Amino acid sequence: MQVKVEPRSETSRAVVYATPVLAVLLTVISGYFLFLFLGLAPAKTLYHFLISPTLTFYGWSELCVKAGPLVLIATGLAVGFRANVWNIGAEGQLTLGAIGAGGVALAFWDQSGVWILPLMCFAGVLGGMIYGAIPAYLKTRFEVSEILTSLMLTYVATLGLGILVYGPWRDPQGFNFPQTRMFTDSALLPLVLDGTRMHVGILVTLAAAVAAWVLMTRAVIGFQVKVVGQAPAAARFAGFSRNRTIWLSFMISGGTAGLAGTFEAAGPVGQLVPHLTPGYGFTAIIVAFLGRLHPLGIIAAGFLMAISYNGGEIAQVEDRLPQAATGVFQGMLLFYLLACDFLSRYRIRLASSRREVGPS
Amino acid sequence: MISESIVNISAAVISASTPLLFAATGELVVERSGVLNLGVEGMMLMGAVTGFAVAVSTGNPMLGILAAAVAGAALALVFAALTLTLMANQVATGLALTIFGIGLSALLGSGFVGQTVPALPKLALPGLSSLPVVGPVLFGQDGLVYLSVALTAATAWFLKRTRPGMMLRAVGESAESAHSLGLPVIRIRYLATLFGGAAAGLGGAFLSLSYTPMWMEGMTSGRGWIALALVVFGSWRPWRVLAGAYLFGGVTILQLHAQGIFSLPAQVFSMLPYLATIAVLTIISAGPWRGRLTAPAALGKPFRPSV
Repeated sequence: MQVKVEPRSETSRAVVYATPVLAVLLTVISGYFLFLFLGLAPAKTLYHFLISPTLTFYGWSELCVKAGPLVLIATGLAVGFRANVWNIGAEGQLTLGAIGAGGVALAFWDQSGVWILPLMCFAGVLGGMIYGAIPAYLKTRFEVSEILTSLMLTYVATLGLGILVYGPWRDPQGFNFPQTRMFTDSALLPLVLDGTRMHVGILVTLAAAVAAWVLMTRAVIGFQVKVVGQAPAAARFAGFSRNRTIWLSFMISGGTAGLAGTFEAAGPVGQLVPHLTPGYGFTAIIVAFLGRLHPLGIIAAGFLMAISYNGGEIAQVEDRLPQAATGVFQGMLLFYLLACDFLSRYRIRLASSRREVGPS
Repeated sequence: MISESIVNISAAVISASTPLLFAATGELVVERSGVLNLGVEGMMLMGAVTGFAVAVSTGNPMLGILAAAVAGAALALVFAALTLTLMANQVATGLALTIFGIGLSALLGSGFVGQTVPALPKLALPGLSSLPVVGPVLFGQDGLVYLSVALTAATAWFLKRTRPGMMLRAVGESAESAHSLGLPVIRIRYLATLFGGAAAGLGGAFLSLSYTPMWMEGMTSGRGWIALALVVFGSWRPWRVLAGAYLFGGVTILQLHAQGIFSLPAQVFSMLPYLATIAVLTIISAGPWRGRLTAPAALGKPFRPSV
């Protein structure tokens, strides 16, 4: 018997949707051994890590709070990834969005009105878009790798936020802590359900996911993005502009990341602090791939990543699992997913090997 | 007095450049074989934490350095298996490598935060190190600094003058042609990727054992990405990459000194290396010399030999 690997003539759709499940299973198994290696009771820790966050209604509401920004950012990123445009600086665009929204909230701190929140959202989206425009411009004008520029800009954005909250925007009554004033009620997102932290931003995120689905499956522009990504030569013949696609990708992903930053600042955080998120902009990359760049898949993947955050916190308290384990899980998941993708492009068959009978 | 501070600053510049030089030289070899590994940051962090942990546990920094190279190569092996054998997307896999490396290094290092390790002994070359001014700068560094320069020289010689080096370049220019000539494309790419991982691991070990002898989560703070940019900046040539690494080491030290002189927030200066990276990439890509034209033609393109 011999193992034969042969390319599939067409990628198998069934396998494409089955691989994320397989990847999750493999990650859980690896996690078992990782916990064993760390000297923890593996079954108990896995239970805390994966099951505990989903046991209560409040637990689910907290998953929504965490999944919200991940889904929103990943939805935007997925558009670009389809077109082979690699914006990996969503964390920076998120930060700029939060700075824009926070600037509005602080500027009108002594005023109230229903117009403040929409203005914050506008400033947040604009901030993310402007920050996304830099790599887009450098890529389309000078062919500078958008991967490197968008990532470098993330470091710059974090430092920029630091300048503001350690300096001019610091809360005058904040005992010198690096944080701004708490936003007033007019600048905070209304809650959807009392007793939870679920805010209206989560509903906007759902709407954005649906809009992205319509855009990618029903609109010409979605088709154009896919063609530019999968068949650049065909795209040129069809008159689909590569540069326009790059701009579109960065405007959408920068805008959604900026909006996610707005929602974080005006939602669960309620002010600006030096590190606004636990790296949602980077985790969203995993969410986009795990969700197969499909809006519905992204929602499911967002919840899974939310579980890894909240479960990580629970296991940190219950089992003294180091916080970094969450990152290891997320990285491992992406590895397994990429490895499993092999199965959707290649067929593995057991074939009896034919021995050639020659004169001896 | 003045010459003394020049000596100190120059020595600091060399020190700040060395991790970049290791990582960038490694990535240069990887890219010349046609593979784009964006996981440099993750491999550096794994090297940094492994080198530190082994040096603290055994009390032997040499073992730490060795372990760091092995750890970097081990992570690179995962990348190679995914992209070269399982044909996964190189960009996505490289990103995964970085995310995984950041997490795993933080996990492994959580018990080592706050511990100290004696800095690597300075390796003064007898005679040369007592030369005025240049002596202490050039010949009073620790062993890894000499190794990084030697690695550059060896890489330049290997790529240009040796048969395996030419085979590696051929694979990077066109995997199909190389394959039809009977070159083992996949094996060469595996070896190049492993070398890149080991070099990145050494760069990380220099950070945690010499530059700032301690372990801190995410202590590379983007140096892996700057190293990737340096390969472009050096247009895939070892000595130009070395020049770029020293230029960036200079920017790093310059901004540290500028923080004491100008009364601006420290973050403004910390931004400089990142902004300089963007500026330099733009100039290189826009200039008449068009560095990108010298990129290996098969860079990032997957190849699977049809049996």
